[in-house]
Amino acid sequence: MIVRILGEGQWQVDDGQLDALNTLDDKVEAAVDAGDDESFRTALAQLLLAVRQSGTEVAIDELVESDLILPPADSSIDEVKDLLTDDGLIPG
Amino acid sequence: MSIMKRMGLVFRSKANKALDRAEDPRETLDYSYQKQLELLQKVRRGVADVATSRKRLELQLNQLQQQQQKLHDQAQKALSMGREDLAREALTRRSGLQQQVDSLQEQHAQLQGEEEKLTMASQRLQAKVEAFRTRKESMKATYTAAEAQTKIGEAFSGISEEMGDVGLAMQRAEDKTAQMQARSGALDELMASGALEDVSTPGGQDDITRELDAMSSTSDVELELAQMKQQVSGGGEAPKEIDPSDPSSATEQGQPKREGEQA
Repeated sequence: MIVRILGEGQWQVDDGQLDALNTLDDKVEAAVDAGDDESFRTALAQLLLAVRQSGTEVAIDELVESDLILPPADSSIDEVKDLLTDDGLIPG
Repeated sequence: MSIMKRMGLVFRSKANKALDRAEDPRETLDYSYQKQLELLQKVRRGVADVATSRKRLELQLNQLQQQQQKLHDQAQKALSMGREDLAREALTRRSGLQQQVDSLQEQHAQLQGEEEKLTMASQRLQAKVEAFRTRKESMKATYTAAEAQTKIGEAFSGISEEMGDVGLAMQRAEDKTAQMQARSGALDELMASGALEDVSTPGGQDDITRELDAMSSTSDVELELAQMKQQVSGGGEAPKEIDPSDPSSATEQGQPKREGEQA
């Protein structure tokens, strides 16, 4: 499974890690829904750290589509909300 | 649905829309490659723009720090002359500048961060564009309609995801830089108005300097006078004034203190 962290790159993550990542992802989602900035930052940091630690970085000259995409490490709740809309932050 | 999956879908739908627009997938490859090169150019320009803003901040920081040093020196000079009030004024202004310096240093760190991120993004994109070009050529050579659609789709979504990522990094960097440029401009105006006493202005003098200068020239005169008086009184009779009608006063010896020394 390929996971991209925006602004950083892509990681090959073992499928067995998915449950753990999903648990962390749920926390991020809950924080976004609640508009709780502090727990959002903590949860996002934990999720990104889990991806970096459990995954293997994909070579930068490899062209491969990601299965999952994560927001940049320093993003705010508002930015994430914008990213999730079809005509949001992503250009093109 | 989870954040990770939703975000992936948003990226994918953008890539698919672009691919669907093309009639011949091979045209899509060339068109996309052009777009990639354009984006690469833009990112490189972006890196240069952020660097320019960073250097401007460094210049301003430098000026503020010089000003702080000047105020520190003034405070010391004022104290040595027994003017605690002036010293306090100089130190108060100095601590006011510290807030500006702190804020600039924070902005500088942020800009440096953006510059690094964009530089990395540009390196990643360059590597991927190069990989895309290689794949594109080989796909065009072995093109058979049946398999091409899927293969092109893979390469295309891989690169367009990267382009979306880089585009986002660009936008974030631009937003941050624009904010700082606005603040930077405001600070320049403040300096120009004299509120921060731009020390880079030659000949520009502030009130503390003027007062200290006036005091030191007064005290220099007093000091010289005292020395003269001492020399004169040590030699006996002291002419308090030079009488222009007295030929011995100025014409022969030139200066009254010489006269005192000789007597």
